[in-house]
Amino acid sequence: MPHDGNDHDEGSALPDIELRVRTLESLLVEKGYVDPEALDVLIETYEDNVGPRNGAKVVARAWVDPDYRALLFENAGEALAQFGFGGRQGEHMMALENTPETHNMVVCTLCSCYPWPVLGLPPVWYKSPPYRAKAVIDPRGVLQDFGVTLPENTGIKVWDSTSEMRFLVIPMRPDGTEGWDEARLAALVTRDSMIGTGLPLKPNEVSP
Amino acid sequence: MNGPHDLGGAQGFGSVIPEENEPVFHAEWEKRAFALTLAMGATGTWNLDQSRQARESLAPAQYLASSYYEIWFQALANMLRQHGLANDTEIETGKSSGHGKSLNRILHSDEVVAALGRGGPVVRPQTKPARFAAGERVVAKRINPTGHTRLPRYARGRVGTIARVHGVHVFADAHAAGKGEDPQWLYSVAFEAKELWGPDTTASSIHVDLWEPYLEPAKV
Repeated sequence: MPHDGNDHDEGSALPDIELRVRTLESLLVEKGYVDPEALDVLIETYEDNVGPRNGAKVVARAWVDPDYRALLFENAGEALAQFGFGGRQGEHMMALENTPETHNMVVCTLCSCYPWPVLGLPPVWYKSPPYRAKAVIDPRGVLQDFGVTLPENTGIKVWDSTSEMRFLVIPMRPDGTEGWDEARLAALVTRDSMIGTGLPLKPNEVSP
Repeated sequence: MNGPHDLGGAQGFGSVIPEENEPVFHAEWEKRAFALTLAMGATGTWNLDQSRQARESLAPAQYLASSYYEIWFQALANMLRQHGLANDTEIETGKSSGHGKSLNRILHSDEVVAALGRGGPVVRPQTKPARFAAGERVVAKRINPTGHTRLPRYARGRVGTIARVHGVHVFADAHAAGKGEDPQWLYSVAFEAKELWGPDTTASSIHVDLWEPYLEPAKV
């Protein structure tokens, strides 16, 4: 077990969460229910390998390649598979197109559903009551919390992830990026812009 | 169930607080709680809908006072008890008082990447035609099931429009209740924000994925 020793009393009335999790892991390993090395691989996967840079690549390609963009809105699963993105919590994907008229925002009011293969694990705020409560009734208020103001005539469509469908927002390509290649564009694509709580960076907000 | 998890439209929780350069995990125990939950899920002892049910079944005060990985951890411990995989003393001490139960499968480290890549698709064959088509007006049933449901309270009794027919998906309510997959047509239903909230909203529409058993044709 890759655990350091603990100095808590056994059976303490209010064991802290750190100790309780460690204790449960020992039990499940002892019982043979879990392979501790599998736990390490699970953690590494989402700490190091899967995250919003995946989604950014998809968005950047959608910005430069009209055929890819069309496929993405027609059959997101197939479009993501071209990058090898799919699987757990992204089995059934749909891409949502932001336009000057419509801004999309994704939430899971009932739990924490989130498109893991393209965005990684959700940030704390996404899973917390303030966002889950507010997004469906006051998305402009949510955007304000993120320091974002949209034009008044832009409508906001909110997507509540109540099924196993998962959603990826495709933000609008920033002005002043004509001729940029995919890698350069991808650097503008923030995680929040793919949830709908933010916008992509502007060219002057990244180092050249 | 009308539990603490059904948060859409609730007020008084304050602002959303984004964290600059947020790490994937905030503590070692979060990593382990996350991985334990996935690894136990992979044993096939319970399904994802049952995991969600276990989380939303925590006492409301506890649910709202817990961080999300604390909720996962509590729910995991409860499922281990419910399925007879561990008892209270074992969970408290970390010492096994007997042999483990034999499980359907154990997730080994060399299988993790492939297992995550496969995921758990929930689309099933279409054995009957869809009751509704895109553009049709529907009303979400006014129901208050005590078990797991994915029909949020804010949509119940409200009229919306079928925006997209997603296909036939495993029905979460039945799946969580241990009644098998009971696949049903799933729809993206668009609700005008004012239909849900009256004038007190800044949204234009809310799209909710709803299974056919939640829906009825809207009276014209």
